[in-house]
Amino acid sequence: MTTISWNKDVDAALAEARTRNKPLLVDFSAAPM
Amino acid sequence: MYPDERVVRFIEENFIPVTIHIKEKPDLFQRFHVSWTPTQLILDPDGTERYRIEGFLPVEDFLAQLELGLGRLLFEHEDYEGAERRFHAVCDEHPRAGAAPEACYWAGVAAYKAKHGPQPLRETALLLRERYPDSEWTRKASVWAA
Repeated sequence: MTTISWNKDVDAALAEARTRNKPLLVDFSAAPM
Repeated sequence: MYPDERVVRFIEENFIPVTIHIKEKPDLFQRFHVSWTPTQLILDPDGTERYRIEGFLPVEDFLAQLELGLGRLLFEHEDYEGAERRFHAVCDEHPRAGAAPEACYWAGVAAYKAKHGPQPLRETALLLRERYPDSEWTRKASVWAA
């Protein structure tokens, strides 16, 4: 089963998004950890 | 989280995915004005919010919302042909999803913008009337069929 490579740092992910010209999907969760 | 293979593939192919847990980074909930979970935001690479999904959705509806959100993002960038493809993907491939009537509506608008002619609007109004007679989007499009 493939899994999602989640980033945890939104600003680092934004920098990557600008480099790769790809949108961000930001998931806000309160699910049990 | 996100155990469905189609959802995993769609997210990996189309987005830089970020997850934020309220216990770890509550400040980011305030920064992005998020007051309920789950919430997903689709952001431009420059950080501009283009689409928001609030609340749990079953897989088919969630995939449709993600596709609709990508369509809205392309539409805002005036990539009307790209947006039309995304909207049609929802309208045609997820016709039972809650987002389908809205996607059909925007497919018509994107086609109108791309082709500079009113025919797609009329066709969209007729399609919505036939497929989703009780939808708000059908009522919005009704003016195009008059």
